[in-house]
Formats: sequence, structure tokens, C-alpha cells
Amino acid sequence: MTKEQRLKKRHSAERRFRLYGIASICVALLFVLILVNNIFSKGSSAFMKTVIDVEVFYDPELIEIENGASEENIREADFYDITIETLLKSYPTKNLDEENELIDLFTTDAEIEIKKAFLENNNLIGKKINLEITSSDDIDQLHKGNYPRDLPEDRRRISNFQLKIYDTLVENNKINKNFNNYYFNNGDSRDPELAGIGGALVGSFYSIIICLLLAFPVAILASIYLEEFAPKNKITDFIEININNLAAVPSIVYGLLALQILLATIQLPRSTPLVAGITLALMTLPRIIIPCRASLKAVPPSIREGALAVGASKFQSVFHHVVPLSLPGTLSGTIIGLAQALGETAPLILIGMVAFVVDIPSTPIDPSSSLPVQVYLWSESAERGFVEKTSATIMMLLSFLIVMNFIAVYLRQKFEKRWN
Amino acid sequence: MNFVLIFLIVIFSSSLFFYGKSKTKSISIQRNIKLNALPKFYGYYLVLWSSIPALVFLLVWSLFEPVIIKSIIIETAANQGAIFNDKNEANLIYEKIKAIHLGTYFGDIDTILKESAISYSKFLNIFTNSKIVLIFVTIIASVIFSLKKIRNNNKAREDVEKILKGLLFVSSLIAILTTLGIIFSLLFESIKFFSVINIFDYLFGTNWSPQRAFVSDASAITTAEYEELKDAFGFVPLIAGTSFIAFIAMFVAVPIGLFSGIYMAEYASSRVRKISKPIIEILAGIPTVVYGFFAALTVGPFFRQIGESIGLTVSSESALAAGLIMGIMIIPYISSLSDDVINSVPQSLRDGSYAVGATKSETIKQVVIPAALPGIIGSVLLAVSRAIGETMIVVMAAGLAANLTINPLESTTTITTQIVMILVGDQEFDSPKTQSAFALGLTLFVATLILNYIAQRAVKKYREKYD
Repeated sequence: MTKEQRLKKRHSAERRFRLYGIASICVALLFVLILVNNIFSKGSSAFMKTVIDVEVFYDPELIEIENGASEENIREADFYDITIETLLKSYPTKNLDEENELIDLFTTDAEIEIKKAFLENNNLIGKKINLEITSSDDIDQLHKGNYPRDLPEDRRRISNFQLKIYDTLVENNKINKNFNNYYFNNGDSRDPELAGIGGALVGSFYSIIICLLLAFPVAILASIYLEEFAPKNKITDFIEININNLAAVPSIVYGLLALQILLATIQLPRSTPLVAGITLALMTLPRIIIPCRASLKAVPPSIREGALAVGASKFQSVFHHVVPLSLPGTLSGTIIGLAQALGETAPLILIGMVAFVVDIPSTPIDPSSSLPVQVYLWSESAERGFVEKTSATIMMLLSFLIVMNFIAVYLRQKFEKRWN
Repeated sequence: MNFVLIFLIVIFSSSLFFYGKSKTKSISIQRNIKLNALPKFYGYYLVLWSSIPALVFLLVWSLFEPVIIKSIIIETAANQGAIFNDKNEANLIYEKIKAIHLGTYFGDIDTILKESAISYSKFLNIFTNSKIVLIFVTIIASVIFSLKKIRNNNKAREDVEKILKGLLFVSSLIAILTTLGIIFSLLFESIKFFSVINIFDYLFGTNWSPQRAFVSDASAITTAEYEELKDAFGFVPLIAGTSFIAFIAMFVAVPIGLFSGIYMAEYASSRVRKISKPIIEILAGIPTVVYGFFAALTVGPFFRQIGESIGLTVSSESALAAGLIMGIMIIPYISSLSDDVINSVPQSLRDGSYAVGATKSETIKQVVIPAALPGIIGSVLLAVSRAIGETMIVVMAAGLAANLTINPLESTTTITTQIVMILVGDQEFDSPKTQSAFALGLTLFVATLILNYIAQRAVKKYREKYD
């Protein structure tokens, strides 16, 4: 091999090596793209729901209440007969089977929706109004184009008769898409069209607030101690080793800790945001202490010495000068720690947040779910409608995380002083 | 109740701030002396002394009250003739008594339970009253003590700082308490588990199927039953599955992470670096449940389809799908850390290599990477510990049955998956099945601890070398 050939070979090796680097960065970026695209394309349709236009006649013979009845009376009244009557009128049927199939096109909460319309205007007895009733999950998915029509009938969840009704309804412009209020207001449900993330949102909110209240003060006090006051001795070393190790302990171990100490020993109520918040606080504590210490360390010694020189005590120099200067870094570290806590699932599963909770929690000691746990729960469900709901919940979760991280970056860039 | 108490204590002690401030001012005027600190520090001094002892007392009391009441109630119930054979039944009776007291129990109530419920509410009353009285006494005592100090014109600022420093120290001790909590809660149940199952049978057993482990009476297990049990709790398939999935993950993550780290540290312009680094780090910020969902609903079925089209049977919960996605999750851990490590290799080493005519890639391969190797190995080990502790991806995308296999297209299970599967839903405490989850947790904890220790040592050693 001549000199030129060798050089050429070496140079092409150089180019190849460089290419590997570019390729692997591209693979990582591509994956981010695929993931986000996949989630968004599946989930964005969940923010709309399919509604069917029907005509409701509040037949005085079928309701036991009169115009102007009090709210309590209406709530107790039975609207079942009217509901069935209304739904059956929307398409001609021949026998009981067909009637059942027709009723199955609507949500199981149709009665509540008809009652709600009456609650808003209680002078409707004997009158007819047009109402948009939420469709069942199957029709919803069919209308959004997520459901294949061309399967043979026995492998479809929708019968030929139901398809025929659907087509007629579409032809008559009776099927529309509305904003999906159930998705944001409702708790969990076995019916995909009624399931919502209201409960999970509230649960996550409580958990994160409790986590913040517990973890932030302790973390900042601990990092001030370790960075500013701790003498160099065995105890301090031991505390430091402990913090570093705790930051790397798998999150599920914190779940076991919570199960044994918080639930079995102290007997706090299961499945509640309170327990979740404490567990997450224990988990995020070391993850907040590490950036807090770094930002305290970044404040130059001249600041401390200046304060001491004009007669401040050690405490005053730290709390009047060092801590305020480190605040942008500490806060952004805390927010990033909280963002991790918000997406944490495994420990919450162990403390029983996987329980099926329909009600929206009103206090932190009510059973509840949380956003990531809701993702896990729905992803295990077989119904097609839940796939869309899960993706939408992931979208919500990711957008919260993006906002939190954005605030953290902004705080740091806007307020942090550069010391050199 | 406790919240009201805390609220009252806080209100009372913060009002003392103003009292302390004005009191010392008037003392200094009356006696015509110079105070040893600013008046507000006397206020702080009073606040701290009046609140902290009372709050600590309340905390300790609330931790022990339920335990003490429970043991008293169970004892009185036993004296009255309630029959229970073991701890579980005693707990059940205690819960019943509590429910009767709260009026939420709708079963049959016999006289023993009724009597116990009455004595329960009696004890509860006694405890609550004595709690309030004792807190009151604590506050009075500490206020009298601190007022006396203030009258003597103590050095209030230094005293306040001493107390606050104690508070700072206690906050940093929470990390130690958490570690102790983890160790004790894991050890406690694990010891119970290992008292039933021999630790060697656990470590070297090749069959894991805890759902078969039915024990009629955990305190007296016959030899035949033990043979059966031993067969249900073999750790080998779990560690095999865990390492296998972690291996697939590292197979994906190490090359991609390392090459992106190298490219960013050595080749990329600052603009490319500024954009691509945060985007890659997004991968570390995405919650793992999202990866799990993606692996289970998109990647798993996708591999299955591909397999079908080329005539392979691929399980839809294949180790390949879980491992691949886990690998992608881990990329940023490796790329960021190795980027840092490579950046801290001194420029003089590179310059020396260029001076003898090496190309850039030759310099990287033969000089920079060998120099950075301990740090890179450390970052890979950290990533491995992350992979074996990862839960949601494997819970959602890997299988549940413990297969001993090295075929990536089959499903296998992991330690974390089994912990979740055992502890989700109704658990009976004191059954070897539940305890086995804690034994698994202990194993996982120890394994990640060792990996982290080695990794941190490696990174630290390396940093010291070039500082």
C-alpha cells in the first residue's frame, strides 16, 4: 500500500467515524419525533366527542313531575321512560333486538343528559327540544375513523343494523362532533365515552402540592446545612453518601417503603394523594438537594466574605446574601424534581392508586388516581376508545412537564447571575 | 383535631413575636441597659421556644397514640372474652371496634364488641384530653423558660441561630432516616420471608410462580408444603430475565449514547450542540409510563407483525420490544455523562496526539477514550442500575410468566414486574407471597447500591486524576 492509499484510507475512516456520531444523534432525535407523533396522532381526537342529535319530548305522562318543580324533585325523578322513548324515536325499529341495538348506540348516561337539560330549564314539560346526546364509544370510534368497517360482522362490535342506522344518521346530518367536556370533568369510568381525567388531575395536583410543601423546605434547609455549616467529619460524609445513594434508588423501592411504613405501620389511608405526596417527597428530596447544593456552591466566596467583613454573623451572611442569590438555581432544580415526581408511576401503583375511583377527590385524604397511573390503568383496558384516551392523557402529562421544564429554564436564564 | 392544634400553636407562638419585641424594648428603657441583640431576635426566640417543643411533642404523641390504644383495646377485648388466634384476627377485631365507634359498622354487634367500642371511645377521650393538657403544659413551661432568659437580657441572636442550626441539621438527617426506613421496611418482611424459605433455595431456585404459593398456616409448614413452596420462589429466572432485558437495553443504548456523546464533545459546533443536547435529554424527561405505553401498544405489535411476515413467532410481550424501548430511554444518561467525561480530558493529550500526525478519530479512539474509560464505564454502570430498577416499561411491555430463555422474541419477566404483580390488588399480609415482594425489593436495592457505589467510585477516581 502506498502512502497516498494509506492516507486515503485513514481519511475515510475519519469520515465514517464522524458519520456514526451523526447517525446516532439522528436516531435519538428521530425517536423523539416518532414517539411524539405517535402519541399526538392517536390522542388528539379524544378532545372531541361524537354526539347524536335527537328530539326529546318531555311527555307529561311519562314523568311524575310538573313544570317549575324544585331541583331536588327533579334530581329524584325517574327519566328512564322518556329516555328510552326518545332514543327509540330516532330510528324505526322492528323488534326488541333492534331496539336494544339502537339504544346501544347512545351512551349509558343518556338519561342523565336528558335530565340535565331539564334541570337547566324546568318548564319543558309537554315541550319538545332538540338535544345532542353523547354517542356510545363504538359509534364515537367509528365516526372518528378509528374503527375498521370492512371486517365481517361477527368480528365487529357494531352490527350491520347499527351501521345502517349510523349511515342514515350521517346522511341526515344528525351526527356531530362536540368539545369533549366529559374528558376533563369526569372521573374514571368503565365506559370509554364517559371516562375522564378530572379525578386524576385533582389527585396529581394534590400529590404534587404535598410533595412540594414537604420536599422543598427540607431540601433547601438540608443543602444549606451541608454546603454552609456542616463541619468536615464522619457524620457529614455519611449524610452525603446517603443522599447520593438515595437519588439512585429505583423508585419502586420507595413504593415498598411507603407500603410498609406509611400504610402498614402508621396506617394512613390507602390510595390517597396524601400518601402519594409523602412518598414522592421522600423520593424527590435527594434529587432536589443535589441541584440546590450545586447552586449554593456556585455563589462565590467573596459574597460571604464581604458580608462577614461588614460584621454580619455567619447566619446573616448565608440567609441575607447567599440563599437569595442561589434562589434561581434552587427553584429551577426544585421544579425539575417536581416534574419527575409528576411522571412517577411505580411507587403510586404500590400504594394502591390503581384502585378504580369514579368520584373526583375533594380532599387529599380521599381515594384518587393520578395522571401517570391513569395512563397505566387505561392502557390495560381492552376497549378501543381507551387507546385514544390514554394518548390524550399522555399529551396532557407531557404538556405539564414541558411547561414546568420551560419555567425552570426560564428562571435560570433570566435571574441567575454569572459570576465570571 | 391535630390540624386545629397545630394551627392554634402556630397562631399563639407567632403572636408571641410581638410580645417579645415590645417587652425587651420596655425592659431596656426601664432598666436603662443596652440589649444584647436587636429586639426582633427576642421575638424570634420566643416564637421558636413556644412552638418547636410543642410541635415535636405533638408529632411524637400522634405517632405512638394509635399503637398504644390498639394494644390496650385488644387486651381489654381479650379480657372480656373475645377470641382470636393470631395477629390478623386481633387486627380485624380492632378494626371492627373502631368502625363501631365511628358508626360505620353494619354487621352484627355482640356485647363484647359493644363494650370494647365503648371503652375505645373512653380511651380515645382520655388520650385526647391528656394530649391537650400536656401540650398546654409544654407550651407554658417553655414560654416561662424563654421569658426568664429574655428578662436576663440573653444573647438572643446567637441563641436563635443555634436553634436554627439545629433545625438545619435535623433536615439533613432526613436523608439518613429515609435510608434507614428503606432498609428496615425491606429487611423486616424479607427476614420473615427467609424464615419460611431458605435463602439458598430462593437464590438458586429455577422456578418462579408465586401465584401457586398457597399456605394454610404460615407458622407450621409441612415438609411437603415446603417442597411446593420452594418451587414457587426461585430467583434465577427473574435475575435472568432482568439481566437479559437490561442487556438488550444496553446493546441499544451504549453505542448510540456513546457515539452521540463523542460527537457532541469532539465534533459538534456549539450551535448543533445547543439544539441537539436538550432534545436528546427530553428522552430522559419523558415519564416511563409513556415509554411503556408506546412499547406495549406500538412497538410490541409492530415486531409481531414483522415476525409474522417473515415466518417467526414473536410474542407480543417480547423481551426485544421492552429492551429496545428501555435502551432508548437510557441513551441520554450515557450520552450526557460521557460527553462530560470526554470534555474533561485535558486538551494537552489531544494536542500531543495531533502533533504526531493522528487524525481526529484516531486521537479519539486511541487517546481520548482510553483516558476517559473509567468515567465512561462509570456512566454505563449507572445506566445499568437504571435499567434493572426500571419498572413501568417492563410492567407494561414485558411478560408476566417467568421463562428461562435467551430468545429475545419470547416473553420474559423481571424483578420489578413481579414486585408490582404481587403487590397490586388484594394482598394478604403475612403470606410468603407478599413477603417475597419485599425480598425481591431488598435484592434490587442491594444490587443497585453496589452498581452505584462502583460507578461513583470510578467516576470520582477519574475526576481526581485530571483535576
